[in-house]
Amino acid sequence: MTTLTNANFRSEELTQKLVASIRAITTRPWNIMEICGGQTHAILQYGLDQLLPAGIQLIHGPGCPVCVTSLESIEQALKIARQDDVIFTSFGDMLRVPGAGQDLFSARASGADVRVVYSPMEAVKIAALNSQKKVVFVAVGFETTVPSIAQSVLHAKRNGITNFTILPANVLVPPAMHAILSSPENRVQGFLAAGHVCAVMGYWEYEPIAARYHTPIVVTGFEPVDILNGILMTVQQLEAGMHTVQNAYRRAVTREGNLTAQGIIAQVFEPVDRNWRGIGLIPLSGLGLRPEFQTFDVHEHFELGHETLAESPLCIAGSVLRGVATPHDCPAFGRQCTPGTPLGAPMVSSEGACAAYYRYQRVKA
Amino acid sequence: MTQAGYPEMQGPNCPLPISKREMVVIGHGSGGQLTHELIRDVFQSRLGNPLLNAGNDSALLDLSQALPAGQRLVVSTDAHIVSPLFFPGGDIGRLSVCGTVNDLAMMGAQPRYLTATFIIEEGFLISDLEKIVDSMAAACSEARVQLVAADTKVTEHGKSDGIFISTTGIGWARSTPRIAGDQARPGDAVLVSGPMGNHGIAIAQARGNLGFQSNVVSDTAPLNSLVGQLLAEVPNVHVFRDPTRGGLATTLVEISRQSSVTIELDEKAIPIDPPVRVACELLGLDPLYLANEGKMLVILPAEFAYTALRVLRANPLGNQAAIIGHVTERPQPQLLLKTTLGTTRVLEMLSGEMLPRIC
Repeated sequence: MTTLTNANFRSEELTQKLVASIRAITTRPWNIMEICGGQTHAILQYGLDQLLPAGIQLIHGPGCPVCVTSLESIEQALKIARQDDVIFTSFGDMLRVPGAGQDLFSARASGADVRVVYSPMEAVKIAALNSQKKVVFVAVGFETTVPSIAQSVLHAKRNGITNFTILPANVLVPPAMHAILSSPENRVQGFLAAGHVCAVMGYWEYEPIAARYHTPIVVTGFEPVDILNGILMTVQQLEAGMHTVQNAYRRAVTREGNLTAQGIIAQVFEPVDRNWRGIGLIPLSGLGLRPEFQTFDVHEHFELGHETLAESPLCIAGSVLRGVATPHDCPAFGRQCTPGTPLGAPMVSSEGACAAYYRYQRVKA
Repeated sequence: MTQAGYPEMQGPNCPLPISKREMVVIGHGSGGQLTHELIRDVFQSRLGNPLLNAGNDSALLDLSQALPAGQRLVVSTDAHIVSPLFFPGGDIGRLSVCGTVNDLAMMGAQPRYLTATFIIEEGFLISDLEKIVDSMAAACSEARVQLVAADTKVTEHGKSDGIFISTTGIGWARSTPRIAGDQARPGDAVLVSGPMGNHGIAIAQARGNLGFQSNVVSDTAPLNSLVGQLLAEVPNVHVFRDPTRGGLATTLVEISRQSSVTIELDEKAIPIDPPVRVACELLGLDPLYLANEGKMLVILPAEFAYTALRVLRANPLGNQAAIIGHVTERPQPQLLLKTTLGTTRVLEMLSGEMLPRIC
């Protein structure tokens, strides 16, 4: 087993060695899903899929926070952002996500005060400086963004900043893996688990999943050498008929994870059922504010309603996010649907499978 | 001078209008005394030359002797809005001169004259305006162009954003062979005059929303000297283009479409300063799509590539120039990138605003 200790994670030489090892041990086709959109991005940016033996198929998972945020949440965000007394804050790539009609960019063009922040703490600062306004942060992302969001809520509470609220839309990885593996149309035989999520949460949560579904799970980083190493370890397990959780990202991840961050999350949030765009409701797959922090939930301050909304009928984002189809299977891909005119969320974020395919598509001779 | 025993006179005590102001007021755009003073004290004192100082409605340019035979007039116009107005390595004044100078230079032209329109928001500090005009004057002198006509308008507070500057430039260039975006040919080499993305990162950093500090400085600079030196030694240039908004990738996609060719880049050869690379990785941005304001792409027959590289590197503005790719013939015009790992991917145009990734 290869263990990475040096810092040369983009080395051509190491890459070639790993590719040769993967080729040497692969005896039949395997479908491996990389959960995380950041990995999808790196795979296509470096063309790693071009280096793998033909039988190894990478399936791009639902790990793009922008892509899986429900249409209802986007519509609620738009509704809030359009209010006169609101400063609406968001991570950058949420702004281009199409709701049923508009996106946050067009809301901004129509006069809404929509601001891009790099950290939710910036939103708290904006709230402190604008006490006459309601400052709302749209809380999206996987376990990676949650600690800083929890921290911002704690900070606001401690400092009596009452005009700061969040629109809770965070999601969790393990319930999504359950949903994928228990689906009758599942094709995934092995998983690359998202290294950054595991840096926060550890990987003990994945052990019951690997055992229950007889599916190997390898915690994997984001550099080319990390990803190829993760694939190699997954293929080794598949070829050997094993299904354990292994860690190919030891420089960042331990089995327990970051206990301080987990403590902050547990203090502020609790698991709730959540709708995933393109997938549907997954039980206990999201995070909602605990009762003692309810006043920081934007729903306490606005009447938002719960409409059921329909996606563009052309878009097959759901199948792409579940790993059942690739973007090339979509008739709208690259035609009606481009990063400039996205029909579905995976075309929006650079982490989305469709956008990554569009930007880094293979060279067709 | 006060005489002993008398108090120093501050001037008459009747309420005359304030004559020296620290801010631009609506009256500065009225065409009256205030406008006149603003033009004299801020603009003519810094950018002055006989053509501008003549103070007529238009500048009269006598080109009969200046315009050599076989040359064509080249005209370009560009509006400049930037936030913040002052950033490491430049400001809106320098940008407004270099932007138009470079647009002319990219046609192989030597710019000669500029005109400028200033749209200023009421309340703008005169001291900031002076800094901006000083910086325009310095850039004009670097680029050896004269500002020959200018106009100032003032908007009510809140109806514009500080200052907008629009400039128009005139220069001349040889008629043939043409230098333009549709002239790239299979067999050409692609060169870039220096590292990519510095301006984009410098601006993002100056907006104060990166959450970290770096020493990246904008590359804003007039490129006409570089163009002039290159054409003097290598007249056979097919394309010059400055990769501004949309960056290197978007610019080369445009050229590949205009010329109906495929351009293949070698990722390892593209110069990117380490702090820019690190900032991009932290923020989830791609340096190939970041704006540059003092860099150019040169496409020319491969046999001249090394001469061109030597000429570019001899100028401080091009001392990190590199050969980054070549032009080939393929059924479909596109931009390809050979990655550091030897794989190949297609680069597309930037769509919309470049957005940082969430995690």
